[in-house]
Amino acid sequence: MNLLTEPVARPAADLRVTRSRRSVAWTGAGALIVVVVLARMPYMVHSGTTAILAQAFIVLTLASMWNLLAGYAGLVSVGQQLFVGLGAYFVLILAIHGVSPFQALPMAAIGCGVAALPLWWLVSRLRSGYFAIATWVLASAAMLFIERFPSIGSGSGMPMPGLAGYGPVLLSAYTYWAALAVTVAALAAIYLLLRSKLGLALTAIRDDEVAARSSGVRVGLARLLVFVVAGVGCGAAGAVLAISQLQVQPSAVFNIQWTAEMAFATIIGGLGTIEGPILGTAVYMVLQQTLASYNAWYLIVLGLVAITVALFARRGLWGLADEHLHLRLFPVGYWLRD
Amino acid sequence: MTWVNAIIQGVLTGGLYALFACGLSLMFGVMKVVNLAHGDLAVVAGYIAVGVITVTHIPVLWSFIIVVPVMAVLGYVLQRTLIQSSLDRGVLTTLIVTFGLSIVIENGLLQFFTANTRGIGSGLALVRDSFSLGPQIQIAYLLVVIFAVAVVVLLGLQYFLSASRYGRLIRAVADDKEAAQLSGADYRHVFGIAAALAFGTVALGGIAYGMYAQLDPTAGTDTILLFAFAAVVIGGLGSLWGTLLGGVVLGVAQQIGAQINISDEVLAGYLVFLAVLVLRPQGLASRRTQS
Repeated sequence: MNLLTEPVARPAADLRVTRSRRSVAWTGAGALIVVVVLARMPYMVHSGTTAILAQAFIVLTLASMWNLLAGYAGLVSVGQQLFVGLGAYFVLILAIHGVSPFQALPMAAIGCGVAALPLWWLVSRLRSGYFAIATWVLASAAMLFIERFPSIGSGSGMPMPGLAGYGPVLLSAYTYWAALAVTVAALAAIYLLLRSKLGLALTAIRDDEVAARSSGVRVGLARLLVFVVAGVGCGAAGAVLAISQLQVQPSAVFNIQWTAEMAFATIIGGLGTIEGPILGTAVYMVLQQTLASYNAWYLIVLGLVAITVALFARRGLWGLADEHLHLRLFPVGYWLRD
Repeated sequence: MTWVNAIIQGVLTGGLYALFACGLSLMFGVMKVVNLAHGDLAVVAGYIAVGVITVTHIPVLWSFIIVVPVMAVLGYVLQRTLIQSSLDRGVLTTLIVTFGLSIVIENGLLQFFTANTRGIGSGLALVRDSFSLGPQIQIAYLLVVIFAVAVVVLLGLQYFLSASRYGRLIRAVADDKEAAQLSGADYRHVFGIAAALAFGTVALGGIAYGMYAQLDPTAGTDTILLFAFAAVVIGGLGSLWGTLLGGVVLGVAQQIGAQINISDEVLAGYLVFLAVLVLRPQGLASRRTQS
């Protein structure tokens, strides 16, 4: 007796492989409209509102990068404040030498990507949990190193030069646009990255590292690339932060709080999806704005929510929504349909 | 003479760092848990000690009789609930949960106890006084006591793990928890016991730190967790006596750094940590290479 049934032969023409169950066109058009509306914001709302939005963009960029690290490459870094701080200080150093902070921003981001290479060489020697603390040590060491130089403000930091020429309204609008540009570029880069061959490799690593390795995925190289991209992204966010704060202070830019915020926002929103960090950042901003007058309470609440989500709803809020709606704002996977 | 002094001070502070590190090493060795809240829990233990001393007026040095069991019970309970359920869901969840715990504890302490620093027993002769060895070498009694406590704790842990019934269970479960389970050992309970032991050492570390320096909510990560981790890596992952060697090397590096420039104390320690990571990633005490 044959225990295995013959697979039902079906003509291949019956199956179609698509990126999404629904048409991508409307989400693409929707994304474009959202970006255009957001870009018009400085003409429509007060600078207080754009400042809050700029802060949200910084967190969203950071969360998206952390999601790439932890959600796809399986790298839990608790030292991403290292790149936030480096990005801020690269802008400061360039601005001291006469470069406009806004022009220094992309250079600072690239500088962070370059710095990520030797740092990866150091931390990639350790696995999972020890990798996590090693990144933290690097961030701490980098802060102590930078504090040694009086020309960039030692331990107390210094105001950002090169911004005095802008009027307050123009400066807040430029800062907002810089934050928006960084976020759009970060999300677009991650989207394209995940649709590429690297994305396929990363998705394989996310689902099963051993299986990915045995199928010929070069796990180490994929992780290196992700670490560098995350360095660039977090560096760019740090550069925007330095411009929006009008000053750079080591203990503020190298603060573990940045990693806590990006990690919690990602986990709450949903690890391993592009949409998760967006939803998580929204939750973060609501909590942060509501509890703003209660000091660090928003971080405590955020941490407790993140722990709860990590234990009981592992795919986050977006995962909960996805189970019922099968929605993809950023289609990076494939659907088979008849 | 100042260099000799720096080395002696460094070796003695190494005892404190070993006290921080052995719990971290134990948790990783047995449960494969890297507890990112390790340092914050030590600070919690320090605050409990401050509270116990204020309320009960027991002698400062005896506060550990209350704090160590309290932390051990907390360790058992945390392991059986939060840490075990995150372990069941994978390494990633464990890291996220302990990191979340670290941030929640640190900011919680900030909210309830402010950023003010608190010392333990700062009026005691033991904490204040020192003896001299030669003209330029002043050795604090406290550091000698802490070093001795660290050695006793490591000896005790080694004896417990190699000779006692629970120690054998812990080693069996650490080697292969499924096989141990098949032989009738409830690995969750054994994990709880190991966590209780680790948290006991955390309590001692927290009290010692509160006497040696000043407790504040951020000390848990900035100092205790990172120094403990550096000591573990320098000494060699998974080696109990390696934590003492790592702690001593870290302490000496910091004191020599402080001799060169007082603000370079911590950075010098990290540079040695990075050098070990580059040149000997398996650690100084460990012979086998890290897999």
